[in-house]
Amino acid sequence: MTTPRPSTSDPAPVLTIRGGALGFGDRVLWSGLDLDIRPGEFIAVLGANGTGKTSLLKSMLGEQPLDAGEVLVDGHPAHRGHRRIGYIPQQKIVAPGTPLRGRDLVMLGVNGQRYGPPITTRADREKVDALLAAVGAAPYADQPLGSLSGGEQQRLRVAQSLADDPALLLCDEPLMSLDLQHQRAVSELIDARRREHATAVVFVTHDVNPVLSMVDRVLYLAHGAFTIGSPDEVLRSEVLSRLYGTPVDVFRTHGRVVVVGAPDADHHHEVVA
Amino acid sequence: MTFVDGGTYVQLLELVQNSIIAAGVLGIVGGLIGVFVMQRDMAFAVHGISELSFAGAAAALLLGLNIVAGSIVGSLIAAGIIGVLGARARDRNSIIGVLMPFGLGLGILFLALYPGRSGNKFGLLTGQIISVDLPQLGLLMGISALVLIALLVIWRPLTFDSLDPEVASARGVPGRALSIVFMILLGLAVAVSIQVIGALLVLALLVTPAAAALRVSASPVLVPVLSMVFGLVSAVGGILLALGGSLPISPYITTISFAIYLVCRIIEWRRSAGAPRRVGSARLSA
Repeated sequence: MTTPRPSTSDPAPVLTIRGGALGFGDRVLWSGLDLDIRPGEFIAVLGANGTGKTSLLKSMLGEQPLDAGEVLVDGHPAHRGHRRIGYIPQQKIVAPGTPLRGRDLVMLGVNGQRYGPPITTRADREKVDALLAAVGAAPYADQPLGSLSGGEQQRLRVAQSLADDPALLLCDEPLMSLDLQHQRAVSELIDARRREHATAVVFVTHDVNPVLSMVDRVLYLAHGAFTIGSPDEVLRSEVLSRLYGTPVDVFRTHGRVVVVGAPDADHHHEVVA
Repeated sequence: MTFVDGGTYVQLLELVQNSIIAAGVLGIVGGLIGVFVMQRDMAFAVHGISELSFAGAAAALLLGLNIVAGSIVGSLIAAGIIGVLGARARDRNSIIGVLMPFGLGLGILFLALYPGRSGNKFGLLTGQIISVDLPQLGLLMGISALVLIALLVIWRPLTFDSLDPEVASARGVPGRALSIVFMILLGLAVAVSIQVIGALLVLALLVTPAAAALRVSASPVLVPVLSMVFGLVSAVGGILLALGGSLPISPYITTISFAIYLVCRIIEWRRSAGAPRRVGSARLSA
């Protein structure tokens, strides 16, 4: 826990959800979700596949509405292309021959949404250099994206997401398919950003362990219900058992959390949180 | 094959001056839009559009209308169908596979019904720029300029959407609208290309130059520049070579464009054989 829990005297929330609900067909996944995310807060969104983690993130991006309730960014309804939101997707395979070097990916974050003659200004270039330096990606910035390792690509993704100095970082499984060393490096970059700039972080993941020491609150989604609280409050056998309505065991070993017996966990998610 | 002497060649050059300029502009447009054709994996769509464009041109020929206009109508119909129905790559390929023979068959039907000269018929499939008259050349150039300017205006958002669609969408780039605009521009570029190189050989100007450029660079500046140069050299070079002999223009254009592609592949291969991973593309970065 690196930041104090939010209190009523804290600054206005960066993101607010009121009465959020999501369904799948005629089945309600969850409803009545109220959430205030304050500057500098790190929220992990946990849950198995199909519990609406990504849909929740898309609603914050303004790309997909919730089935009920409202999502406010800076007090206004979420809309696509909000300048104060940075987005980090999961690592993807880049087809060989894709004409994109490391620095070009970051440049897209800086001016990719701009219309007009594609002339790169000196200011844009300097910004990209600064972003590359900030994530330690300068040494391989001129290599084709497809030739870089997953960890290197995700560092560039972090740099890309910071292009507009965001107040809120939305991360969709950014550590997926990275090895442990790169998981640590990338999550530390994100954590450093929120500590130094009070950027709020929403971190969707199926494995909380790489970011466990950074997380202020956990939003745990299950089929039909959710629970919110600090990791110590949520990641407990009795809490998750109540959430799932069936006995679930939470073990803590060597600083890691292991959830066993969650009914919606496929075998990859045997170790969920 | 007969060759002409120098004096006659210069006279011929003056005669086809406009065609050379048109071919040059077309080479540049083809090279430029080709970069996005490659990035968006739409080479097959280009072929599909060109067959319907051919059908439109053949219909215009039969009805005594403007061939370029007919070709554009055919192109835009095809581009519209592919754009609306084929958002996903798999859908798109099956739709194109269905459209292509239909368009080609329709075109052949119109040509069979056309009572005029057979040279015109063949030209639509394999190229005929010399036979394009001055007002039509003006139309071709105007459309090319329009495509060029529109591409430059949407360049960065279109690149973002082509290479990194998920983040582009999160950043507010309107992917759906851009994709429709791109299909229209592609339809126009195809319609223009058909007048020069013919429906069957359009890919030599709209795909090969960009594919060659991508072999030797990963720079977002160098790739379109090289692609434009390759397109320009192929189109203009093809006309200049064809003037000296009795063969049509198209085989010259396709051969030059293919030769450039081969050379680029060899450069890529030598680079990867002689250098460790990563060094090759850094050398050519702009």
